[in-house]
Amino acid sequence: MADLRIDFAGIRSPNPFWLASAPPSNSGAQVQKAFEAGWGGVVWKTIGAPVLNVSNRYGAWHYAGQRMLAINNVELISDRPIDVNLREIAEVKRNWPDRAVVVSAMVESKPDAWADIVRRIEDTGADAIELNYGCPHGMSERGMGSAVGQVPEYCEQITGWVKQAARIPIIVKLTPNITSIVSPARAALAANADALSLINTINSIVGVDLDNLEITPNIGGKGGHGGYAGPAVKPIALNMLSALGTDEIVSRSAVPISGMGGISNWKDAAEFLLLGAGSLQVCTAVMHYGFRIIEDLCDGLSRWMDSKGFRTVAEVTGRSLPRISEFKNFDLAFRAVARINPERCIKCNLCYVACNDTAHQCIDLIANDGSAVQPLSYGVRENGKASAVDSRPQPRVREEDCVGCRLCYNVCPVERCIEMVELPPCRPSTTWDQLSKSEPAVTEDWEAMKNYREEKGIHIH
Amino acid sequence: MFQHPRMTAREEPLAELLPPLTDHEALVEANRCLFCYDAPCTHACPTHIDVPRFIKKISTDNVIGSAATILDANLLGATCARVCPVQELCEGACVLGAEHKPIMIGRLQRFATDYVSARGIDIFKPGLHTGKNVAVVGAGPAGLSCAGELAKLGHRVTVFEKRPFPGGLSTYGIISLREPVPVSLAEVESIRRLGVEFRTGLALGQNLSFPDLQTEFDIVFLAVGLGATPALDIPGEEHIVDGLEYIEASKMDRSSLHIGRHVIVIGAGNTAVDCATVGRRLGAERVTIVYRRTADEMSAYPHEFEFAKAEGIEFRFLAQPTRVVATISGVAGLECASVSLGQSDGSGRPAPRPIPGSEFIIPADQIVKAIGQEKWLSSGSLQLATDRGFLRVNEEFETSLPGVYAGGDAIRAHGSCSTVMAVQDGKLAAAAIHRSLARNSDEEVAA
Repeated sequence: MADLRIDFAGIRSPNPFWLASAPPSNSGAQVQKAFEAGWGGVVWKTIGAPVLNVSNRYGAWHYAGQRMLAINNVELISDRPIDVNLREIAEVKRNWPDRAVVVSAMVESKPDAWADIVRRIEDTGADAIELNYGCPHGMSERGMGSAVGQVPEYCEQITGWVKQAARIPIIVKLTPNITSIVSPARAALAANADALSLINTINSIVGVDLDNLEITPNIGGKGGHGGYAGPAVKPIALNMLSALGTDEIVSRSAVPISGMGGISNWKDAAEFLLLGAGSLQVCTAVMHYGFRIIEDLCDGLSRWMDSKGFRTVAEVTGRSLPRISEFKNFDLAFRAVARINPERCIKCNLCYVACNDTAHQCIDLIANDGSAVQPLSYGVRENGKASAVDSRPQPRVREEDCVGCRLCYNVCPVERCIEMVELPPCRPSTTWDQLSKSEPAVTEDWEAMKNYREEKGIHIH
Repeated sequence: MFQHPRMTAREEPLAELLPPLTDHEALVEANRCLFCYDAPCTHACPTHIDVPRFIKKISTDNVIGSAATILDANLLGATCARVCPVQELCEGACVLGAEHKPIMIGRLQRFATDYVSARGIDIFKPGLHTGKNVAVVGAGPAGLSCAGELAKLGHRVTVFEKRPFPGGLSTYGIISLREPVPVSLAEVESIRRLGVEFRTGLALGQNLSFPDLQTEFDIVFLAVGLGATPALDIPGEEHIVDGLEYIEASKMDRSSLHIGRHVIVIGAGNTAVDCATVGRRLGAERVTIVYRRTADEMSAYPHEFEFAKAEGIEFRFLAQPTRVVATISGVAGLECASVSLGQSDGSGRPAPRPIPGSEFIIPADQIVKAIGQEKWLSSGSLQLATDRGFLRVNEEFETSLPGVYAGGDAIRAHGSCSTVMAVQDGKLAAAAIHRSLARNSDEEVAA
């Protein structure tokens, strides 16, 4: 069995899965229950400045019958008395010495306030502190949360104050509500942060109620932007995670990164690890299904690691990062075409309509006699199961015209029906970068491009 | 307004078999639909309802739009949602049928059409009056469909019906377990609200004159359906109950319906299964379907056969009725001869050959026959050309008499009769009639 233990900036936990700083880690009783279920660690819900919360805190995005593909919230940091939180943190850590207990903190942007909260957290015996520079709502209006995370200078300054006061590791949690995630990360590193975590929630308005025209969620007739999280944000999180992993300064620093943002199952978890995460934080999936999901997170990840021959989480971390590149380095001669397996095809024609209406018009409908036919070509008096099924044409890709856009592959509802087949290149391998150096005119002038295409036999219809 | 003579009780043994889908069930099922392009369900539907479109609209909470999509292609969408053999049509063609469960298209259609019906929402408005008058004879599915479509186009339509209630087989001949009478009558009302006039109790050739119709109306559309159940020509036939009357009594006048303890139903079509179901559900201890061929040749749909077996209905195959055994106290049984199957006959099925001396008696105290219907018998007296006894029409649904059109079971010389086919006939005939009336108007203007 794979070894799921991690050592993350000196923080040890029996598996890489931590509850993210959020409602699931709001109290000692909840964290106790989570640890009983098997969670490797917790990032306690942010403690710090005094707050009051409102009702109707969570909105959600549901789609096509699937509940909560994303959640949106205007809940603030912990509204429980800070002493109660600190006492429970101490109790939990005492009872669960093998689990990671990280405390998220957010106070006013004053050195004394930060020094004070650091000392009080350290007194609990907690393993580390996560600086919440991410909350996009409420706290940011008071100069905290993302108001800090969006300004690299503030990140550096406050991280500096904290590092001066702290003896335990400091994790800086980044907000995604920024143009370049690298800038605040570098700022945190400049102030000697021990680790980074990302992403916090994304600015969002989750919807409008079409009955009463109120914003969702409706808070006494008003609504506003909240933090967006859950399965729908995963691709954004993966991109930001890999942006850190591929940044020269961040990667050279070798500080570990705790990844989060839409992790719902072990497959998501593995992807975060492969793109550079050293630990993983989960919130929305737990809010949807409860602490019990930890069982398959560990079980699935462990079995996948075994199947791939990975012995430790550290071996997985960052494994796919070297494959992250940029468009200019992609091989322009690489060639793949879609191929539809008629044995598996159910003839729903979703590939056909997607390709013909919105992509590159290279899927035909082939009748039983081998001829290409137009859709909706049956007569008004033709009907019945046999007529509909027996005469139904088979979608087929005209490979010579297929640009390999992969849209059909993505819309096909049948597993392993459409395959993207790699074909031998028709011309020597080259990249845009190479081309712009060797033949700069081609990349700047349509006429030169036309000549280049003719010379290379590139035909675009 | 036509109202059902007696409202259906809650514990009604012939209450509608499938419960309506709840909002949530409909949403989940609608979301399961793949939204195929040029979908086979739409191809398979004789009225070519845009099935993925109406289902998608349910999933987006646009249920009125969904009903509009259905009714645009099929004015009798509420009836068809219930009585269509969906296994042979839309659901049978569903791409999810092969490895999964097909989408419950019929029940989703019912969800959408019931939604507007329950709220009294009219999808269509009468068209601006064209000054043209059309007589529709017969208020069954073909007649209603044609009448409604013509009214949408602004023609003044009068429907003549020989029975007290419109709706044809939907009202009288489909057991209420599949379609309750109020559903059929609600559809009639929706067509009446398009401006169609209904005149009931008028039978062509009896108290309704065909020449008068031809004189008074610009067009006559004959949607007269089929005739009576044919005779078996066996001794004691007078003791045999007509299957359609048996079903009609179960729907319209239960108190007049006698149910035997052991009921025999002769025939093996869908009506036979319906009769057997009526007998079974209304108290018969045993119900036996007697058929002279085997399960392979029966004309009931496979799913109807399965349904009948689940109802506890017994089957006696390869038995040809030869005589009703009657005593002073009534029916005592049905004498049948064993049958061997010979060469294929004119119907394409093996000819049943009674084996001499093989007669045996099945005890029964009630015998019902459901062996199809005869052709409409008045065609000859009206000088209308026929094809194998059915009214002959051209591609435009026009009979041999100019200005006289026909559709529905009365013209079904080929293929099997069904409600949805009749609806499509009515719809296509209405379009043809409209074209013809428009041509005539042009000629009048030109003259």
